[in-house]
This record gives sequence, C-alpha cells and structure tokens, in this order.
Amino acid sequence: MGFESAKNNSILSKLATNEEHGENSPYFDGWKAYDNNPFHPLKNPNGVIQMGLAENQLCFDLIEEWIKKNPKASICSTEGIKSFKAIANFQDYHGLPEFRRAIAKFMEKTRGGRVTFDPDRVVMAGGATGANETIIFCLANPGDAFLVPSPYYPAFNRDLRWRTGVELIPIHCESSNNFQITPKAVKEAYDNAQKANIKVKGLILTNPSNPLGTTLDEDTLKSLLNFTNQHNIHLVCDEIYAATVFDTPQFVSIAEVLNDNETNYCNKDLVHIVYSLSKDMGLPGFRIGIVYSFNDAVVNCARKMSSFGLISTQTQHFLAAMLSDEKFVANYLAESAKRLAKRHKHFTNGLLEVGIKCLKSNAGLFCWMDLRPLLRESTFESEMSLWRVIINEVKLNVSPGSSFDCQEPGFFRVCFANMDDETVDIALSRIRRFVGVKRSGDESNAAEKKQQWKKNNLRLSFSKRMYDESVLSPLSSPIPHSPQVR
Amino acid sequence: MTRNRNSEPNPNNDDNDTLKTPPRDSAGTSGMRLVVPLQGVVQGRGGLILGSLIPCALFYFLQFYSKRHRSTKPPSSSSSSNPPSPSTSSQNLPDLQRSSSRLNLSTRGSNGRVFLSSRASFVNAPNDSPYYIGMDRFRADPYNELDNPDGIIDLGIAENRLSLDLIEKWISSNLNGSMLGRGGDGLNINGILTYQPFDGLAELKLAMAGFMSLVMGEKVSFDPSRMVLTSGATPAIEVLCFCLADHGNALLVPTPYYPGFDRDIRWRTGIDLIPVHCRSSDAFVVNITALDQAFSQARKRGQKVRGILISNPSNPVGNILSKGMLLSLLDFAREKNIHVISDEIFSGSNYGGEEFVSMAEILDEEDPVRDRVHIIYGLSKDLSVPGFRLGVLYSFNENVVAASKKLTRFCSASAPTQSLLVAMLLDAGFIKDYMRTNRGRLRKVFDLFVAGLKQFGIECMNSSAGLYCWVNMSRLISPYNEKGELELWEKLLDVAKINVTPGSACHCIEPGWFRCCFSTLAEKDIPVVMERIRKVVERS
Repeated sequence: MGFESAKNNSILSKLATNEEHGENSPYFDGWKAYDNNPFHPLKNPNGVIQMGLAENQLCFDLIEEWIKKNPKASICSTEGIKSFKAIANFQDYHGLPEFRRAIAKFMEKTRGGRVTFDPDRVVMAGGATGANETIIFCLANPGDAFLVPSPYYPAFNRDLRWRTGVELIPIHCESSNNFQITPKAVKEAYDNAQKANIKVKGLILTNPSNPLGTTLDEDTLKSLLNFTNQHNIHLVCDEIYAATVFDTPQFVSIAEVLNDNETNYCNKDLVHIVYSLSKDMGLPGFRIGIVYSFNDAVVNCARKMSSFGLISTQTQHFLAAMLSDEKFVANYLAESAKRLAKRHKHFTNGLLEVGIKCLKSNAGLFCWMDLRPLLRESTFESEMSLWRVIINEVKLNVSPGSSFDCQEPGFFRVCFANMDDETVDIALSRIRRFVGVKRSGDESNAAEKKQQWKKNNLRLSFSKRMYDESVLSPLSSPIPHSPQVR
Repeated sequence: MTRNRNSEPNPNNDDNDTLKTPPRDSAGTSGMRLVVPLQGVVQGRGGLILGSLIPCALFYFLQFYSKRHRSTKPPSSSSSSNPPSPSTSSQNLPDLQRSSSRLNLSTRGSNGRVFLSSRASFVNAPNDSPYYIGMDRFRADPYNELDNPDGIIDLGIAENRLSLDLIEKWISSNLNGSMLGRGGDGLNINGILTYQPFDGLAELKLAMAGFMSLVMGEKVSFDPSRMVLTSGATPAIEVLCFCLADHGNALLVPTPYYPGFDRDIRWRTGIDLIPVHCRSSDAFVVNITALDQAFSQARKRGQKVRGILISNPSNPVGNILSKGMLLSLLDFAREKNIHVISDEIFSGSNYGGEEFVSMAEILDEEDPVRDRVHIIYGLSKDLSVPGFRLGVLYSFNENVVAASKKLTRFCSASAPTQSLLVAMLLDAGFIKDYMRTNRGRLRKVFDLFVAGLKQFGIECMNSSAGLYCWVNMSRLISPYNEKGELELWEKLLDVAKINVTPGSACHCIEPGWFRCCFSTLAEKDIPVVMERIRKVVERS
C-alpha cells in the first residue's frame, strides 16, 4: 500500500503530489518570465509587461478617495473603533447582515436595477475561486462532469476539478460565428458525454465571457436555460465581470431571464450565480466571493461550507459601508465603465493600426487578439512558438488561446486594465515594432495556411480528451496563472 | 426573488433516501457476508487465498448480474426524463448508483428532483449534534442583562471576550491613519486592493512567527517559510488534511475531541476520523497502547491510517501534553510511518502552572520524523479576534508547504485585515502586555467558575489552558449513559437556559462530562450562571 517509489511523496495524499495544480505546465513560463523580469517604467524599462492578469486598476483613485472620506468604515481609526467589539468577535458564517444586504443591493445595481436579489441567499466564499469550488462541491460528486463553453478561463481546470474530482467537458465554440455558443455544439457535447457514460451534472457559463469579453444575449441565455432545464441539470452562471460591461449590448443576468414569463416553467432550483468583487470593484485583495443560489438546499449547504473561506469581519464591515453609499457606487460604476471603454478603444485601435484585429467585445478587462496571420502554420506548435517570441522578445506576458482550450490556434488574451496609460503605450509600441519586423520577415510563410487541418482535428481532439483526462498531459491542464493570481 | 420553500430540511428527503437504496448495496453486503462462512469452510493453507478469492469472484458476478438488470431500465427512464415531470424512483435509480458507489450517502435534493452532491446531502441532513443544536438555540434567544435577561447564556462557543478592551485600545491609539497605511511600512492602497500572495503577506508571516514564538514561551523559533496563512484555522486544517490523506484514509483522534472536527475534516476531504478513547482515570490523556490498537484494527479493516490528530492544549479537556507524551507520539508516528497534526490553537491561552511545550520545540533538527509533523495555529483564540479569520498551517515538510500554498487560493485571508494584524503583532510591548493581562483574567474567571460549581459538589478536570473547563456532572445524570447525559444537557438548555457542550458531542466515552466555555462571561455573569445551574442541580 504505502510503498510508492518516491519515498518523500508516498506519505502525502495524491492531491498534494499530483500535477493538477498545473504550475508545471509550459504555460507557466509566461508568469516565470514576468516574475523574473517585471517591467517598471524607471527601474526596469525593458522588463516584461504583465498582460496576463485580469485586474481592474483603473479606478483605484475613487476607492482611495472614499476611504479617506469615510474613516469610520475601517474599524482601525478613532472614528471607527466603536464597532470594534462587535466586529472582532463576530464569527457567524451567515456574515454580517448589513454586508449581505449591501452585496445584494450591489448585485442589483450591477445588473441595472432590473432584478432584485435576496440577502438571505447571499453566501460568502473565499474569492470567486472559492465560490466556484463551493458550488461544485455542493452540486457534484467525484467523476461527475460539467459542460463549459470553450474558450474558457484556464484556472477552471484547477479550481473546479482539483479537490472536487469533477470533470469538465468543453463545448467548442468557433471563430466562424465569433465564438457564440450554438445549441448544436451544446447538444453535441452533452450527447458525447452521455455516450461515454459520463454523468453530466450541469453547465457553467461565464457571462461576460473570460477570455472573449463578450456578453450572452437574452435568447442564448433562454435557450441554454431551456436546455439545462430540459435535461434536469444545473446551470451555474459565473457573472464576476458583470459590471465591466462598457459598451452595448447591455449585460443580461440569468436572474433577469429567470424572472421572465416565458421561462416561468423552469426549475429555479437548478440555477446558481457566482459573483465577486475582484473584477467589478477591482478588489481582489479582499477575497470576496459570493455564491447566490435559487435553491434552498444549496444555499444551506454552501453557507455551512463557507467556514472554509470566510471573509474577515473587518473587511465585511468596511465593504458594507462602502457599497451602501449609493452615490459612490453609482458614480464608481459609471466612471469605471467609461474608463474601461476608453482604455479598450485606445488599445484595440492601437492594435488595428498595425493590422491586428480583436474579437468585437463589450466587456471584461481584456481583449481576444487574433494573431492568426502571424502564425507560421495553423498549428498549436506555431502558436506556442509565437507566444514564446512575444514573451521573450516582445516582452509581453499574454495568454495563448490553447491555454483557454480554444480549438483554433492563433488567438491570445491580452489584459489591458491592470496598468497605467504610459505602460499601455509602451506595450503598444512594442507590438507595433514586433509586427513590423515580423511582417517584413516572412510574408511568404504566412500565406501557407492549412485550412483543411482544422476540420480533421476537431473531433479527434475531443474524444481524445475524454480519455486523456486522467493521464494529464500538460495540455489538458493548461493554467498560465501563477499561484498568486487569478 | 421569491423563495420556493424555506430552508428547513425537507422531511421527504429521508423517505426518498430509504426508497432509493440501490440494489448494488444489497449485493455488496451479501458479498461481504460470504467471507465469514467461507473462511470457516475453506481451511488450511489455501484458506486465506480461497476464502478471499471465492467471495471476490461471487461479488464480481453479482455486480455483473445486477448491472445487466439495470441496463434494461434506461429506455423507460430516458423517455420520462425529457419533460420536467417529477421523477419516479425508478428514474432515480440509474442516477444513484454512480454517486453512492463513491460515498455511502445517497443523492438527495431539495425535492428529490434536483440532484445535489452527496456532500450537500450529508450536511443538509437534519443536524443531530448537540454542539450545533445548542448554538442555534442560543442564536435564537441570546441572553442580555437588560434586553433579554431570560435568554440563553452561551457556554458552548470557545470565544474569548475577556481582553477585547486591550485590543480596542491599541487600535484606537495606533491606527489613526485608517486602512490606507501608516507611512513608511510599504502597505499602501495598492498593497491592499490588488492580488496578493494567496498564502499570506510575507510581512504577516514574519510577524506571526515572532508572535507564535512569544506565545509558546520564546523557547522555539518559527520559520516564516514553513508557514501558510489561511482565512481561519478551519480552512488551515482542511487544507492540511487534503494534503496528507486521500479519500477513505483515516486519522486517529484521541477523544474527547473538538466537535467541529467531524465536519471540518471529514466533510469535503472524505477522510475518516477514528476515535481513540481516553478515560478520566488517565485525565483523558491518550496512551500509546490504545493508539496502537486503533491503528491495527483499522489496518485489519483495510483502512489506511495517515496520521494522528491531537489538540494541545486539549480541547475540550484543557490540559497540556507533557514533553514525554509528545516524544512518545513522535515515536509512534515514526514507527507507523504516519503524520502528527498538532492543533496548538490554544497554546497562548494557558493560565495554569503547567508549561506548554510545542511539537516544534521537541523536534530534533536531524530527525527524519520532522517531515511528518504539522502544526495548526490561529489568532481566533489567543488574540481573541475570531472575526478576523486568520489561521496558520506550519509544516516541517516542504512538499506539504508547497502544496498547501497552492490550495490557499480557495481560502486566502483578506489583505486589509492582514495588514492591520501585521502592525498589531509587531508591537512587541503591546503583545507582551496583552498576553500577561489576558492570562491573568482567564485565570481569575476560571477560578470563579470552578469555585461556583464546587458549591454544588460539581468537580472540574484539572486544567491549565483553553477557554473552557471540562466539568464532571455524572453525579447528576440518570441513567448513567449517553441518554442520561443528553437529558441533562436538555435540562440545562431548557430550564437553566445555559448552552454547554455534552461530552458525547466530543465522542467522550464516559457519560456525564460537559465542556463549559467561561471566557465569554464577565465576572458579574458568573453568579447568574451559578444560580441557573442551581435550579437543575436541586431538581435532579
């Protein structure tokens, strides 16, 4: 029993010794490159610029200003100390009532006030990471599977699977229709899983999408809701980018769709929302994750589970005050969307100047950059070698499409909201220089694109994935994220 | 959002449960039963092999048989699953087999139609632990001297309210700059809002190492690089267990033990806790023979024991393990090739004469057993800030540190709170003063509490640490068993209106013991509590 060859590892669990954390995958090289040589405008102007981190730093000044104006909110001031005793000792996993109320209100605001949320259904978790894991723990047993439209957030492979033992089955979306989720693709993924005798427990949607930066329209949401309802499986909506929508069409939450008369017959017990303040408020350091479920049993279970990732009451108290300041929140949301729109426009226009297109998007802290014309050939090997050039020579840490389980090589996710204007311009100038060089260098090679490749490989790679999951080739666990960040 | 039903557990769940018992289970148990007669029948040298081979083969064919029978069912169930009609039990059957093969729990949803995970059903089942029931009762009707003088007084939660004023005073005189940082120490708005290392700020690890060393008598130093910070000790211990044991493995836990372990450790990891019973005649200190016995019994059952979990100072008894005992535990771990998890979360709350010795203190630099030693700590008890959620996992095994650092992505502590704690812990003068004063106050309230009970002839276990005492009320119970104990517990809750934790919730093998936390009480509350206990004592 205990005589594994690696002696030191044999005394630990499989979880501690396997590679599911994904940090040894080749995708980690981008983070290593950044960590070893981080860009700094003065100290290290030739360093690697971090464009792999979906962090919203555009509105820190607003938060800083609010904190200065409201010293009572943080208990660590003379004005705030009165609340200390109540705060320091409070350890009920329900959370401070005012915190839950404030979160519910904030969720309403970020959905345009078109829907109401019940504070009694707000459950705390340790960041969206913890919230996602909690909901999976509540819904599925080891070996069960969830469908996920791909390309999807790479760390799902770790966060949703690692400790829960749940599998992810991608629903492949294609560039030909701008990566929209089609009923056919959903059905195909579901049927294939059924055929492979895998029990599908639900569907996870990231809306707005990470990495695409697009939002799902009401019809798509309805049809997906219909689908999950019809098959009696769960629908988990990760809406952590809800307030990063900076352009039309406006964001539609699954909660709105549920309220619709047409979907009245749908079983609400199957619908769950994951939320967080890390992206919408730019507060990842606070580790605020929220599970909001329409199912009482799930609320009850997730709440008990929240003791594995409770939020400090000081932080709850502070946020309750900040999020209840309606004027501040309204201003913040408007200003944040405005700044994101401006940054997005600036960045994508800068790319367009050198002929680089991005998928048309209206949300998120990133864009989905199409570098297919720059690939030597249309393979993931070429994508990886182009990526290495971008990291090592252009000195930008971006994330390659294959890490998001994208089925077409040549796409890259580039984050643009975690830096100041000057850094963006430096990044753009680096790209311009690179594309100029690249274009003049191998004009001829770019023409030899093998279109046929795509069709042949799609199905193959899908069925292979089902069997490969336990073997864990580096590609099946592509997480380009460092331990520090999401 | 309207709520479809309230969050009370649905009584139908249990009915569904019994209905849904899958045929596979019955096949399994009959297979197991076969082992016994065959061992008798097939004797001699080949007995062991044949005796196990035959039942295995039989079991295999039985499974095969039942599988074939099942495979005839799906057509009917797939046709009925298209419309969202309420499911029949026959439809549930194919769903159920897969999940129940993993855990001995069946799938239960809120209405029998929505399938949640087995883990969800486990926790959503009606809670029968008096530890949690008492907590809920207290929350519904909390005592307050002025507003609710007849409410329940809680002696169930190990929380320290005796020294909050000291911390409050420190904060008000030291952190006038609010959370925006205090000038030169580098913690500014960017260091709070943005992503931080999930396993804790380096500054806090450093400060925590110093604090732990101070708390444990400055006889041992802690290395910040072996430390992982989490949002409370609960996730710290869960993360550690995820690293040390696989689903189905077990830990040996001397009883009585903290009732929360059953949920915190077993629930999501799937690890079993094997109670190793200790007796009052040994002052509830574990002995190695009992550990050894439990270990071999588990092995006979085919269960892999991965470690021992001790709490030192003991929760709920409140005594401290001697250096000799710690060394024997290490020897045991070395011999059996298993881990030692030492939960030392109350180490700074020692108020008695006994000296606390940390597991870290007795480890020899060269001893290979170091790799198996892990310490859990936190600020909830010793610094009385449970709301701040700060737990510590300290391991001498590099691989455990590396793995748990990765796992903290699910449970990392909030950065503003961390930066507040850095400043507090680094103020050595304040911390020393706090520790001294806090110990004095704990001692005083403990003495008053014990003396109060003594007037009714109720004795407490000798203890010198923790926020509770371990009270022997066996004289008051009848019958002398768990039933009698729980009756007394109910009487204390209903008549005396005090919430305590009965020994059975802590898996104590001797009936009549109760854990009473005294640090939630002010001195003036003690006579009130004693008056209430008197009511029960005089009636029984």
